[in-house]
Amino acid sequence: MSDTIKRPRRRTLGDGPGKILVWGPPVLVFAAVVGVWYFISLVILGERNFQFPPPDEVFGVFAVEKTRTDIFQAFLSTAQVALVGLAIASAIGIVWAIAMNLGRWIERSTFPYAVVLQAVPILAIAPLITLWVKDAFWARTIVCVLIALFPMVSNTLFGLQSVDRSHRELFKLQKASRWIVLSKLEMPAALPAIFAGLRISAGLSVVGAIVGDFFFQNGVLGIGALMRKYQSRLDNQELFATVIVSVLFGVAVFLIFGLIRRLAVGKWYDSAS
Amino acid sequence: MTTATDTTLLDFENVEMTFPDGTVALRGVDLTVNRGEFVSVVGPSGCGKSTLLRIASGLETASDGTAKLTTDRIGYVFQDATLLPWRDVLSNVELLAELQWQTIAERRKKALDAIQLVGLGGFEKHLPKQLSGGMKMRTSLARALTLDPELFLFDEPFGALDEITRERLNDELLRLFVEKQFAGLFITHSVSEAVYLSTKVIVMSGRPGSIVDSFDVPFPMPRDPDIRYTAEFAELVGKVSHALREGHA
Repeated sequence: MSDTIKRPRRRTLGDGPGKILVWGPPVLVFAAVVGVWYFISLVILGERNFQFPPPDEVFGVFAVEKTRTDIFQAFLSTAQVALVGLAIASAIGIVWAIAMNLGRWIERSTFPYAVVLQAVPILAIAPLITLWVKDAFWARTIVCVLIALFPMVSNTLFGLQSVDRSHRELFKLQKASRWIVLSKLEMPAALPAIFAGLRISAGLSVVGAIVGDFFFQNGVLGIGALMRKYQSRLDNQELFATVIVSVLFGVAVFLIFGLIRRLAVGKWYDSAS
Repeated sequence: MTTATDTTLLDFENVEMTFPDGTVALRGVDLTVNRGEFVSVVGPSGCGKSTLLRIASGLETASDGTAKLTTDRIGYVFQDATLLPWRDVLSNVELLAELQWQTIAERRKKALDAIQLVGLGGFEKHLPKQLSGGMKMRTSLARALTLDPELFLFDEPFGALDEITRERLNDELLRLFVEKQFAGLFITHSVSEAVYLSTKVIVMSGRPGSIVDSFDVPFPMPRDPDIRYTAEFAELVGKVSHALREGHA
């Protein structure tokens, strides 16, 4: 019978004998990476391994309170910039995409500049931004926004325009206003794409914040600034530790925004990821 | 062919449709749908059957001739169920009443009634992705029913369903037709479906689409499902199919 209810198939992730298959491979890869790391550091480089300190020395820096506090403070400062930058990029991106969706002429006249914006080598203009905007926090945030904006614009626009023709006609037959079509049809339909964009932008925003940090050596240092400091002093263990923290930060952001996406649209939207 | 009377809900006079690219989809179509009638249109694919319906609903404007609708209470059932995937069954069924700014209490009541009427009671909280094709179509029917339409326009609504589901939905549709007293204009490519459902079957030719023949279906309403297996039914299906082939040639 086809006229019966379909039951969602249960996933075996995280329970039963499937567990080892799920967690086994990444754990093995992790062990292999640590193994290779030790091998390069201790066997290949040996005495000269200050260039590539072994894992225990790197993680050892967290035992020093000064370093721990420095890294933590830097993390907070950078996270703040990334978060504010992401919020601004999302707001601008969504509003811009909605405007383009409302008027083809707005899309035709402004979308090319979204592409241009994406093509700007941020590393090159970040020092300029620090000259134009004196406030360190906002200058770093602007770098962040520039980097994180494009995925929000393009994904939101794609989502708004992905609405089926028959759905549009359903609304048209009821003589729904442009605003109703936007709020009850286009925006909900665009949510999966918007959240996918948000996840990409969140990752970029972290990168943007760290790049922004590099150009500010005063006040509370961001992660990027701290890296530069360690780099200049050849504090390679501390540098490695900071890189690891920023990587974990990026991964956490990716996972958190994946979770937010699942909570927001996972119930009705099927996706491969 | 019937002429327009005061019970006429839809009246096409010499309707022509030429698309901007020059394709002539319809030529000289005269068609009326009166109260109490269920008119099916069969024709080869690409003959402009759907265009006919789109003009009737106002989604497209005829390039020539007049298409007059004397009711604003029309129900439109699309080829696919066109449910909004983020809304559950109840909320989907409420949509049209919601777009007409009816109060929550009002539209909720209509939606619940319509859901019962199509036999989906108990599935109000299900999301479209949890439903089978037949159930999606029922939801779509319920949604159209909330507006209490005088004229129902169907654009091959059961074309994608399997035979058993399609026959069952045909029976349900006939029951609703008798119970709710709406008129219907039904597009299909299945001759037996057209004969089974309708009081009148119209045959269209291939592009440019024009009406080549029209058959009154004599079987009384409410219709016995077993009528499908009678000789009279088979004979009429044969005649319509023949006209379809002639028109196509």
